[in-house]
Amino acid sequence: MLDLQGLTKTYKTGDQALKGIDLTVPSGQVLALIGPSGAGKSTMIRCINRLVEPTGGAVMLDGTDLTKLGSGALRKARREMGMIFQEYALVERLTVMENVLSGRLGYVGFWRSFLRRYPQSDVDEAFRLLDRVGLLHMADKRADELSGGQRQRVGICRALIQDPKLLLVDEPTASLDPKTSRQIMRLICELCAERGLAAIINIHDVALAQMFVPRVVGLRFGEIVFDGPPEGLTPDRLTEIYGEEDWEATIEAVDEDDAVEAVA
Amino acid sequence: MPVLETDAGPIWRRRTPKQALVRWFGWLVGLAVFLFCWQRISDATTWFFVWDAPRIAGDIWDRATPPRWEYIARLGRPIWDTINIATLGTLIALVLAVPVAFLAARNTTPSALIVRPVALLIIVATRSINSLIWALLLIAIIGPGVFAGVVAIAIRSIGFCAKLLYEAIEEIDRTQVEAITATGASRWQVMAYGIVPQIAPAFAGIAVFRWDINIRESTVLGLVGAGGIGLQLQGSLNTLAWPQVSLILLVILAAVVISEWVSAKVRGAII
Amino acid sequence: MTTATHRELDDMLGRGWRKPPLVRRPWLRWTLVVGSVLYLIAAVSTIEVDWNRVYEGLDRGAQFVLAFTSPDFTSRASDIWKGLSESIVMTIASSVVGILISIPIGLGAARNIAPLPVYLVCRGIIAVSRALQEIIVAILLVAIFGFGPLAGFLTLSFATIGFLSKLLAEDIEAMDRVQAEAIRASGARWTQWINYGVQPQVMPRLVGLSIYRVDINFRESAILGLVGAGGIGATLNTAFDRYEYDTAAAILILIIGIVMVLEYLSGVVRAKVQ
Repeated sequence: MLDLQGLTKTYKTGDQALKGIDLTVPSGQVLALIGPSGAGKSTMIRCINRLVEPTGGAVMLDGTDLTKLGSGALRKARREMGMIFQEYALVERLTVMENVLSGRLGYVGFWRSFLRRYPQSDVDEAFRLLDRVGLLHMADKRADELSGGQRQRVGICRALIQDPKLLLVDEPTASLDPKTSRQIMRLICELCAERGLAAIINIHDVALAQMFVPRVVGLRFGEIVFDGPPEGLTPDRLTEIYGEEDWEATIEAVDEDDAVEAVA
Repeated sequence: MPVLETDAGPIWRRRTPKQALVRWFGWLVGLAVFLFCWQRISDATTWFFVWDAPRIAGDIWDRATPPRWEYIARLGRPIWDTINIATLGTLIALVLAVPVAFLAARNTTPSALIVRPVALLIIVATRSINSLIWALLLIAIIGPGVFAGVVAIAIRSIGFCAKLLYEAIEEIDRTQVEAITATGASRWQVMAYGIVPQIAPAFAGIAVFRWDINIRESTVLGLVGAGGIGLQLQGSLNTLAWPQVSLILLVILAAVVISEWVSAKVRGAII
Repeated sequence: MTTATHRELDDMLGRGWRKPPLVRRPWLRWTLVVGSVLYLIAAVSTIEVDWNRVYEGLDRGAQFVLAFTSPDFTSRASDIWKGLSESIVMTIASSVVGILISIPIGLGAARNIAPLPVYLVCRGIIAVSRALQEIIVAILLVAIFGFGPLAGFLTLSFATIGFLSKLLAEDIEAMDRVQAEAIRASGARWTQWINYGVQPQVMPRLVGLSIYRVDINFRESAILGLVGAGGIGATLNTAFDRYEYDTAAAILILIIGIVMVLEYLSGVVRAKVQ
């Protein structure tokens, strides 16, 4: 369904964030994208819905190349891809309900959305989704009154109300405590299964990824270095993705810092 | 931190001798400039009047007290006009400042090379020129009266409001905008959902803050003929009716204090 | 538990949803809305606009805007130069004096370092200075000291005191207590304590604010001439009276230019001291 062909991204500074990524995601498959920070996970997700413009290659979604679309067609294509963010990215000063309904913006006209006159079917769907994630009673609360886990649930509702085929999930648990992280991951995977959605979940917690997804892709320096089931992630493979030497060097550097401080 | 090596051992100084010299020279130049300025002011002053000033001040005080309280009955309409000049001027300015701010903010301007400099020029030009000068200009163009005052206040406030607003726009959280964009929202929807809610508190604060300043400014616009209580002030000054002048000054003072109190209350309620 | 929430959901399905209003109490909301509408109608209807006059004026407005394309710096060059230099002189002198006086008053108006009587006196001075607008102070000072830049200089100095002392005092009240206490603990006297414990903390902002105030003083000096207190305002007023729009445009361009330079300088200085 989603097919990345030689996707590259070079920033103006000359940094090559993605070096020709080739990846195929079949319909309904949930996939975790792992790798060290700076490996290009976030850039890759954003290149798919063109929040970041890719410099080369193609993003094929059901046979259309998204990189060639004009702004109107791009907006239609974005409706097919729900996105969930690391810091929730809710509009803090709007209510929970407005945040959920904002997922329908691609479907309603400007004045309807401006006056908050959404079609009844959208409102009903928003209530159903809020009920599904257990936040129905919070509908009229402002988003900044919610806890981190609750906000992420609202973020999930906003992505799902778009009625997408694909979820792009960027570090959904990085700002959450371990228990909430698991609950959120479980919720995302359950919802994907319920609705037959494909998902690319960008995550740095390898254990969490292994727990929930059938396929893991490892990214390092903008290149795919692993692609397979989570059982295939042997320590050697992990070293390949995260780089053992680098890892040790980091520890040593920290120790030295501590030593210097202790002397001082 | 330079350390001087002398016969008696090292001495710590805050600055090197060269730095100290430059600093002293700077102070000297500053002093010379100030003395020159003072000389110019002094040359343009009739010192005889200045030595006479305490007597004149006492004289004015004697004439101005007590204020002519009954005159307040004639100030109702001017006060109403003053408030209207400030309020309507602020409203017009806000309406005009919003598009200017969006054109001037780096993250929302359609073109950083052409549109943004124009918007910034509007901001700096309207801000640099005092509302009294705008009033003078408008009186020359559209004639004296409250209307000229409203327009003068409006023009003066555009730059002020637009500057604060575009700074607020540049400080918004980008991920919220990203999230709305990712839903497939159009450019205007991104603005209405991603940007406007984030700057709404700043907008309200700016509006009230500027309204407070505009009440102050509109009390004196009448001095050049642009309506409001300043007209009465000018008239009383021209006829040397000092008891009326003192009453008007008291009323202006009260207006300033009340508007500051109101704006502080409203801003407190918003934040 | 689940059945309860499902009943809640069933209640809500099919019902419309409205954004909760900003003001929750309906009577208050409607009073505010109706009140503002009535006020606006009343305010607009009491403004008397002579549309004929405005229509005639559009012509002159266009002339004025066109004058900006051909500003006349030359024919009144000596008047412009005299007024402008007087404005600059007043700005510099009043900023220096104002800043020097506002430092002790600012120290006195900070509750955490000044004794109560001093605090009250200094706060009183600040309140008076802030409540009186420049132009009104200028009118009174012109009446007392006669026409000329002395009245303008005194006006701007007085206004600077109110502005700077207040901000300085607020800064001192918000400063880090620990640093100041460390200096006091070393046995410093009051003056040493101010010099070492307080000054380094508030100095960068004081410099920034002072430059900003120079900018304001220049802008204000441009209007003091309207009431006879010296500066470029008198020249500008004459130009408007004589409908010499090209000269007026030249003066306005000069003012805008100088303000832009000052803003740029204050940006540079503030970036440097912080």
